[in-house]
Amino acid sequence: MSDALKLCTFVLGDLAFGVEVKHVQEVMRFQPLTRVPLASRTVRGILNLRGQIVTAIDVRARLGLPTLSDAQEPMNVVLRTSDGVVSLLVDEIGDVLEVSAADFERAPETLSVVLRDIVHGVYKLERRLLLLLDVTRAVALKETGDNVPSSLGDAA
Amino acid sequence: MQCVSEASQLKHLHRPAVVSHGPIAKTCAARALGVVRTTCTHPGERMAVEDDEIMREFLIESRENLLGLDRDFVALEQNPRDRAILSRIFRCVHTIKGTSGFLNLPGLEKLTHVGETQLSRLRDGEILLDTHATSALLAMVDGVRRVLASLERTGAEGNEDFTAIIAELAKIGRGAAAAAPAPARTPAPEALPEVTPAPAPPAVAKSDRAAAPTPPSAPPARTTADAPAEPTAAPSVADTAIRVDLALLDRVMNLVGELVLARNQILQYGARSSDSGLVNASQRLNLLTTELQACAMKTRMQPIGNVWNRFPRVVRDLSNVCGKAVQLELEGSSTELDRSIIEAIKDPLIHAVRNAIDHGIESAERRALAGKPAQGRLRLRAYHEGGQVNIEVSDDGGGINVEKVRARAIERGLVTGERAARMNERDLLQLIFLPGFSTAESVTHLSGRGVGMDVVKFNIEKVGGTVDIASRFGHGTTLKIKIPLTLAIIPALLVASGGERFAIPQVNLLELVRLEGAASRRGIENLHGTPLYRLRGNLLPLVFLNEVLDLPGPGPHADVVNIVVLQADEQKFGLVVDGISDTEEIVVKPLGKELKQLAVFAGATIMGDGHVALILDVLGIARRSNVLSPTRERVLDERPPAAPGGGVARERMLVFRARGDARMALPLAHVARLEEIAPARVERAAGRDVVQYRGGVLPLIWLVDERSRATRMTREEPLHVVVFTEQGRSVGLVVDEISDVVEEEVRVQAQAQGADLLGIAVLAGRVTDLLDVRRLVERHEPGFFDRRGAAA
Repeated sequence: MSDALKLCTFVLGDLAFGVEVKHVQEVMRFQPLTRVPLASRTVRGILNLRGQIVTAIDVRARLGLPTLSDAQEPMNVVLRTSDGVVSLLVDEIGDVLEVSAADFERAPETLSVVLRDIVHGVYKLERRLLLLLDVTRAVALKETGDNVPSSLGDAA
Repeated sequence: MQCVSEASQLKHLHRPAVVSHGPIAKTCAARALGVVRTTCTHPGERMAVEDDEIMREFLIESRENLLGLDRDFVALEQNPRDRAILSRIFRCVHTIKGTSGFLNLPGLEKLTHVGETQLSRLRDGEILLDTHATSALLAMVDGVRRVLASLERTGAEGNEDFTAIIAELAKIGRGAAAAAPAPARTPAPEALPEVTPAPAPPAVAKSDRAAAPTPPSAPPARTTADAPAEPTAAPSVADTAIRVDLALLDRVMNLVGELVLARNQILQYGARSSDSGLVNASQRLNLLTTELQACAMKTRMQPIGNVWNRFPRVVRDLSNVCGKAVQLELEGSSTELDRSIIEAIKDPLIHAVRNAIDHGIESAERRALAGKPAQGRLRLRAYHEGGQVNIEVSDDGGGINVEKVRARAIERGLVTGERAARMNERDLLQLIFLPGFSTAESVTHLSGRGVGMDVVKFNIEKVGGTVDIASRFGHGTTLKIKIPLTLAIIPALLVASGGERFAIPQVNLLELVRLEGAASRRGIENLHGTPLYRLRGNLLPLVFLNEVLDLPGPGPHADVVNIVVLQADEQKFGLVVDGISDTEEIVVKPLGKELKQLAVFAGATIMGDGHVALILDVLGIARRSNVLSPTRERVLDERPPAAPGGGVARERMLVFRARGDARMALPLAHVARLEEIAPARVERAAGRDVVQYRGGVLPLIWLVDERSRATRMTREEPLHVVVFTEQGRSVGLVVDEISDVVEEEVRVQAQAQGADLLGIAVLAGRVTDLLDVRRLVERHEPGFFDRRGAAA
């Protein structure tokens, strides 16, 4: 990891996350979603991003946090991953921060399993702790176990 | 690499007129200029980038050239003196050799050099081509192909030893040369045939293409020969065609899809506006967008000949291995298909061809016994029909012994003996498509390992196609594949369930049934928890979309049941949805990887309002709801027995009773819906009977006689109405009774007596009048077909 890293930050409940700016395609307001029946509950739906169908992942559901109240609309952090474009639904978008490798530490073992599963580690910033998101793990659904749809066997 | 040697190579490259057209030569030329500049400023990185670029171009161009080579070699073998073909082959190998020298690929250069030398001797008539020479040269082509594959994979030539191939090549012409009547040698071998026009091969005269001498550089990718034995002049594509990156085409397609959506929104605003300028502009935008969409679709189309090009070679090799003589006929190579589909059908087609040669066509002795010519025939035929492409693979071989199929299916436990005994010939043939079925007596290395037709069927169905087989024992087999023209834009029916919208691909759709009021409560019967509907006497299993997808139900007050009758594999079933809206051309978009494993969805599409709707995968739904059991024994005896289809097209016909007791039929393709309408809903307007229907007014045409019309109007029973729709306008045909839907060859047997009839045909074993719907509608609703687009 190089010395300084630029992170796009966002908030989920009382947690602050950062994701490397190179992974972020864009940030959008909430878009109307089309529900996908039978999909994992971490898939909140699909949306139309200028003609491309993008899956929206509910990070709150992924972390087992309560869903936002209807009045609060989540924001989309659109990420480019090796498997295509995916959107993360988060509570709020923060600033772009430059962080230093000196402040980085691996996620403590005591962190909850679901959370530790999707982060690389923690940046100890002056005023708060910033979790560095592991993009690949965050958008991967299979490993959490709850999302293998029951129709999977049908494919054969 | 050094500048000097590059320059000399470059000169060498430029010598044949061939190369100067090709993109490589252009790159090389540009590169030559670049070399001078870069060596002075910053050598290194930039050169590497350019090398990559040249290499990529080289690989693309060589691949195309090689495809043409296979075909040319086989054609040449049958016509060994054809100088036009020889020159084409020579130039192609020469180009590869020249460029490989330039790119510093010594192995490839050495291999092609020996080949080139022999080819030039062949071309100049010093030696004559025989089977050995062809095989040696083809081995060289394969060697080249392997080097190219290695280059693509690893960027290096690989270290394959070509000594054996080179030795074989060197043997060409030894011994045979003396016997060959060597024609007078042209003094200047440098004079290439486009300067001295080769004697025009017969195909040139026959074909309607420009008879101009072939510019040698034309990449063969888009040229197709209907008869491979005849050398066909390659049209000069180089001057009128360019190579475009596929990703760019996909992007163009995507953007056009977006433009269509934007157009739809503008049209909505335009319709509400009173500004005539805006209305006119939006209409114009409408027309232009439609045209642009059609053009963009066309850019992705490729002739099926691109796949067929390889078959002469495949057939030659296979027939040699099997020791059978096979003549290949290609028909309709210029039939165009979307690129993605071409990719998808490549393997199934090769599989089918293999099967035909390995199992279908008999050995020469057996053929002689059966009184057939020693050479077997294999025909590939492609043609457009009703927005789909049909591909047939036919052979004149032994055909399929249905009794063997029956025995085999029982032996393998695919069907029970009792059921097999009841099956007719056509249904037995369908068993071939079941997994684990193979009738081959011997397992050869070519085919017959029990993975066979089921894989073909699976792969074709994956792209929305269907496979059918017809065979006459002792006379041959025809495999018929039907596939959509494109995967990108398909017609679909839009339905609603649980507050969500879904699209159902039209290919799976058979008919729509709507039950209202009392009928909706009575219509659905339960058999031990399984909902069923009696559709014209047959039991139709019902699947509730809400339940399959875990969506909320329609609520207790709904007294309308919408049944979408679908075909999944061999099984019909009714999908019950909350509402049916309309059919629409939709742009199919893939789902993200996270959702791919949901077998019930085939993709998603963006609606006119920008929202996303999921596309249902009918097979997936059927499997999930257990309508189609994933186990082996599928319901195959549902269909009414029908004669196995020969060459004549089968058509789905709606059969009904009308005009007293007449049995009539019309193509199902003309039928938008079947409705049951209460007589009380019929109103009079402008001197004719109409009903209010789906937000509009539906004029009725009575196909029942006067007396029965009068009695029907006073009764409670609903009227049977066939809704005919074209260009957004609809008309309802009132008939006495809907009888059936049959799929058969429709052959007009005799002229009919009544008005608006096309003739008489035998359908499902009974004499049936064929209704001329268009004439009937035109007579009752003059101008119905004129106001095209008025309602769009």
